[in-house]
Amino acid sequence: MPAESTGVSRRRLLLGGAAAGAGAAVTLGAERTGLLPGSPAPAADATGINGARIVPFHGARQAGVTSTPGAYATYLAFDLLPDTGRDRLAAWLRLLTDDAARLTQGRGALADLEPELAVRPAGLTATFGLGRAAVERAGAEAPGWLGPLPAFPQIDALEERWSGGDAVVLLHGDDPTAIAHLARMVVRDSRAFATLRWRQNGFRRAYGTDPSGTTMRNLFGQVDGSTTPKPGDEAFDRAVWAGDEAPAWLRGGTSLVLRRIAMDLEGWDEVGREGREASVGRRLADGAPLTGGGEHDAVDLEKTDERGFTVINPAAHAARSHVSDPGQGIVRIGFSYDDPVEEGALDSQGRPAVSNVGLLFGSWQRDVAAQYVPMQERLAQADLLNTWTTPIGSGVWAIPPGCEEGGFVGEGLFA
Amino acid sequence: MFTRPRFLATAAATLVAATALAGCASDDAPAAGTLEVTDPWVKTATPEDMMSAAFGTLTNTSDEDVTVVAATSDASPEIQLHEVVGGEMQEKDGGFTIAAGESLTLEPGGYHLMLMGLPEAIEAGDEVDFTLELSDGGAVTFTATAKDFDGANEDYDHEDSMDMGSSEEPAEG
Repeated sequence: MPAESTGVSRRRLLLGGAAAGAGAAVTLGAERTGLLPGSPAPAADATGINGARIVPFHGARQAGVTSTPGAYATYLAFDLLPDTGRDRLAAWLRLLTDDAARLTQGRGALADLEPELAVRPAGLTATFGLGRAAVERAGAEAPGWLGPLPAFPQIDALEERWSGGDAVVLLHGDDPTAIAHLARMVVRDSRAFATLRWRQNGFRRAYGTDPSGTTMRNLFGQVDGSTTPKPGDEAFDRAVWAGDEAPAWLRGGTSLVLRRIAMDLEGWDEVGREGREASVGRRLADGAPLTGGGEHDAVDLEKTDERGFTVINPAAHAARSHVSDPGQGIVRIGFSYDDPVEEGALDSQGRPAVSNVGLLFGSWQRDVAAQYVPMQERLAQADLLNTWTTPIGSGVWAIPPGCEEGGFVGEGLFA
Repeated sequence: MFTRPRFLATAAATLVAATALAGCASDDAPAAGTLEVTDPWVKTATPEDMMSAAFGTLTNTSDEDVTVVAATSDASPEIQLHEVVGGEMQEKDGGFTIAAGESLTLEPGGYHLMLMGLPEAIEAGDEVDFTLELSDGGAVTFTATAKDFDGANEDYDHEDSMDMGSSEEPAEG
């Protein structure tokens, strides 16, 4: 191997050719490689480069917020047992932090008899969030927005089994085996403190299917999330991180809203391409606004056609969800779900259902009441997409800042 | 006394060593007979269980062989050094000897510290202090994190075989 790698060209290293081996992992660093403009078709990643990718766990922020969403996600929600008091809550958070700190770094957990499952984390991250009950058990101040969202009766069909939870854990990364193993450690180490309330799994395209940085497509085929700020953007920082307005333990953290949104694929089938594009205000092919330009160009809500109508329907999703300053909006983290059809389920025409798909719509924001709720109110009042989408689950959690080695996520609650 | 949750050792465990006075930590203790204990954990237990077991990796960082001859903890009035041979648990004659520069892993189904006659529960997330006594008179202390674990059950009755595979704990949660 050393003899072979000596002559490996930079291009081969960048493209992850089989001969590149371990050297390529070093060259590529922690980020994924995309296609190089003008380069010949790259070799496949046949060396497990991405499997070895590690996202640092410790730091000022929880890594699942600041890293690019992985190809797969698992949300776990828990309800605290009645006798889980302040000290036991801290012990639980310490245990879960320790599991995550080890497994995301490619090491087995304590009491882990399957440490081999940990060695290919593929960008695995864990993010911990707390509901109002957990904050109150800790005896700490809860932000006013921490609790169920206001009802949106025009659209909501919420089910308890997908909603709420005293705590939430979001695992995302590019490998479902790594996620499954960390999820198993998390649920095993939670039994003494809490019960598992629900679990939701989601996905995007698999690693390597799209060039890195490609906006996801939802199962309606839409490019979904073009305007959302990305980690590292100035607008991301302003939208996400809680400051002095938050209780001390939450500063440098954020909040998570998760909405489980069922998508009526059969109803969507009845809509032609033009209608589909009009409902969102973007082209299906590339996600560009119907007013022109590329995917990331601004939507022109004023532009009119020859008849004087706005090109983008005022009730289109892009119009209703528009915020002029992305730093005042939300940062989305979406994953599709495609679950088994439930027994007895019917579709929108009353026939036995043949699909059970939707979107795990997650969002980060420093203040749910100031950023999420106004946007959701606008969408509930009018959004053409509401015709085919139904929120069936909902939850809100505070996301504490990250922790350094030796500490644990949420430690500020117990200061 | 073992303490309820304080700090979880996320990386290398507490290492204090090589002095005959247990609990007298010193960074510049003599190097001879030094053990490093990493990833220590102890199985949770109810008082009805009466017993538990502790695990981790013992690494001999010195250039001489080290032998662990005994272990103590406020959590347990009696701790035996055990090995599993042919599926049966037994005391390890002469203790655990770790050659210079080598490691010994204490794990379910293998070498372990057997805690017996527990006076009170060890709950998930507890931190339990242990002291390993070495043949040269030195001692090494470490703090193990208590983890729920369905394995490592031993129907210990001093006479019969140990059933390492059974899982007779009452369900928790």
